[in-house]
Amino acid sequence: MTTLTPSRPAFAPSNYLTHSRGVLSWAMTLDHKRIGIMYLLGVLGSFLLGGIFALLVRTELIWPGQTIMTADQYNRAFTLHGAIMVFLVIIPSVPAALGNFVLPIMLGAKDVAFPRLNLGSFYLWVLGAVLAVLAMLSGGIDTGWTFYTPYSIEADRQGVIWVASAVFILGFSSIFTGINFIVTIHRLRPQGMTWFRMPLFLWALYATAVIQVLATPVLGITVLLLMVEKVMGIGIFDPSLGGDPVLFQHFFWFYSHPAVYIMILPAMGIVSELISVHSHRHIFGYRFIAFSSVAIAIFGFLVWGHHMFASGQSPLMNALFSMITFSVSIPSAIKVFNWLATMYRGRISLNTPMLYGLSFIFIFTIGGLTGIPLGTLATDIHLHDTYFVVAHFHYVMMGSALIAMIGGMHHWWPKMTGRMYSETAGRIGAIGVFLGFNFTFFPQFMLGSLGMPRRYFDYQAGFSQDLTELFHVYHFLSTLGSYFMALAFFWTAGYLLHSLFRGERAPANPWGGASLEWKCSSPPPHDNFAEQPAVGDCYDYDQIEWDEAAKGYRFRENYTPAAAH
Amino acid sequence: MGHRPASQTAGQEAAGHGAEAHAHGGHGAVGHVAPLRALIGTGAALLVLTWLTVAVTRVDLGELNIFVALGVATVKAGLVMLFFMHLRWDRPFNAIVCIGSIAFVALMIAFTILDTAEYQDTINPGDAKAVRETIESLGN
Repeated sequence: MTTLTPSRPAFAPSNYLTHSRGVLSWAMTLDHKRIGIMYLLGVLGSFLLGGIFALLVRTELIWPGQTIMTADQYNRAFTLHGAIMVFLVIIPSVPAALGNFVLPIMLGAKDVAFPRLNLGSFYLWVLGAVLAVLAMLSGGIDTGWTFYTPYSIEADRQGVIWVASAVFILGFSSIFTGINFIVTIHRLRPQGMTWFRMPLFLWALYATAVIQVLATPVLGITVLLLMVEKVMGIGIFDPSLGGDPVLFQHFFWFYSHPAVYIMILPAMGIVSELISVHSHRHIFGYRFIAFSSVAIAIFGFLVWGHHMFASGQSPLMNALFSMITFSVSIPSAIKVFNWLATMYRGRISLNTPMLYGLSFIFIFTIGGLTGIPLGTLATDIHLHDTYFVVAHFHYVMMGSALIAMIGGMHHWWPKMTGRMYSETAGRIGAIGVFLGFNFTFFPQFMLGSLGMPRRYFDYQAGFSQDLTELFHVYHFLSTLGSYFMALAFFWTAGYLLHSLFRGERAPANPWGGASLEWKCSSPPPHDNFAEQPAVGDCYDYDQIEWDEAAKGYRFRENYTPAAAH
Repeated sequence: MGHRPASQTAGQEAAGHGAEAHAHGGHGAVGHVAPLRALIGTGAALLVLTWLTVAVTRVDLGELNIFVALGVATVKAGLVMLFFMHLRWDRPFNAIVCIGSIAFVALMIAFTILDTAEYQDTINPGDAKAVRETIESLGN
């Protein structure tokens, strides 16, 4: 245990971690903070599993021909990687893990509106996760995370039924979280917190929750129809039974495209907080950022057909979906420009969360811009199903969504655990992850534009000698990058674990944030606030001052805000 | 604004660990009570409409049959939402949510049907299994 100087803040005498003890006090808890922590552990465990399969996939591709596994094993490995990362990691990572912890505290509330539903949602996630992983590990499915028909309904793929059931259950977990957040934001905002005084993270979580509630039932129905077709032989998607496989893609992407926004919107909400707090400057264009979240949520429902340009979708719909797809760039760009404008003339602290925030802006810009050739009909015909697509969506999902989540985890780590991690170690980790990520995925843009198809186990047969050699160079670089990124993640896990036992005790407000979660102690007490805190402008940093004794920031007493922004 | 005990704020009552209150202006914890006549009237209307659904199956209207059946079902669902689910007396926001959800279902089905109708001409009719077997036999 560290030695404490008397001026350092001590843990609150009773916080949510010490409020009650024993396994059951966690398993049966209705406290949003504990549920958030349990989600976080589940998500990080799944991230490790999904990451191991990613490394296996990358290792297989390091040389042409068979390297460490057979083609069938390779198909299973990338399916496991994709399904775990999408359904068990990215979708629940920000809303269910970080959102659960932070949302009620940001509102100055004691808990979410329906705490039992919250716990139920967590157990549904556990059930779905166990079912999915067992089904995938025991039988193995090789359909990719998209379960495209008619491949997935062939008789020898019974594992699909189990994984589809798991996805159905995980979907309900996601819907419950969404409902909970919508009701909580509507009903539990404190007096004085109007919609336009909410932290932008809450706007992002709200927009995400709307998508979760509107889109996820469609995924449930789609996998249910898939199961009905497989079990009872009713022709819905199978052409040999009179079904239509393109219909499956319509249904699947009606959910799964908005699901991309379930992943990225809350990440953007985190970045709005990181950039503003660590630049110590009022967020620029608050209303534009807030409305752009809602606009992205709505546009997200109108563009699903851009996944199907090469599927046999009609030229009319191809043209329509391509046109609407470009509209998504408007709200996305609004956010990026507003973040940049926020930093302008700010007092930027280049600490770990901020480095993740900056990484997000850099990587998301590349991820967004490379979406344009994919949304353009003519260029997509060349790039469809190549590594260009793989690189594009990893830039958005991994490099943006997950990096923002890890940035958010560092931002709220002192609040969650009551401990500070080593800032130097954190910066090294953040730079390592950023470099490793780009090292891994940038070469994949080259691979894709040269025509390397995705999901291929080999790149020797059928390609010219020159092309194989070129593919090998880029695959080799990409695999080395993935090892480097893995090292950076293990490094990160190492210093975070170290901080739990040896870290300095965290002050209530280590970064100088002005939203309500920085008003309660670190870690927060069981009920978050003894009294409902006063609500001011959550991006007005003039109300914050450095407190040398606490080694953190504090809210000024008797502060009167200047003229409204 | 200002400091006051959390337990006294309006929304917070519903927030406490596990406590749920049916927050609805002016009617306390019970929520809105629909007039008995409206409930009985709605129940009767649903029965009559169910009878109509059955009765109309005995008349051959050609393609119109499906539209009549779905139309009656839509009216019934509307009655249930308006009266049994209290949407008629609820805040306008909930009506917006309801109409918004229906709009999204319409969007999904309309775009999908528009597309399937468009590409019908490009489908080669035939038995997909037979096609696959032919391709496989060619491969051998």
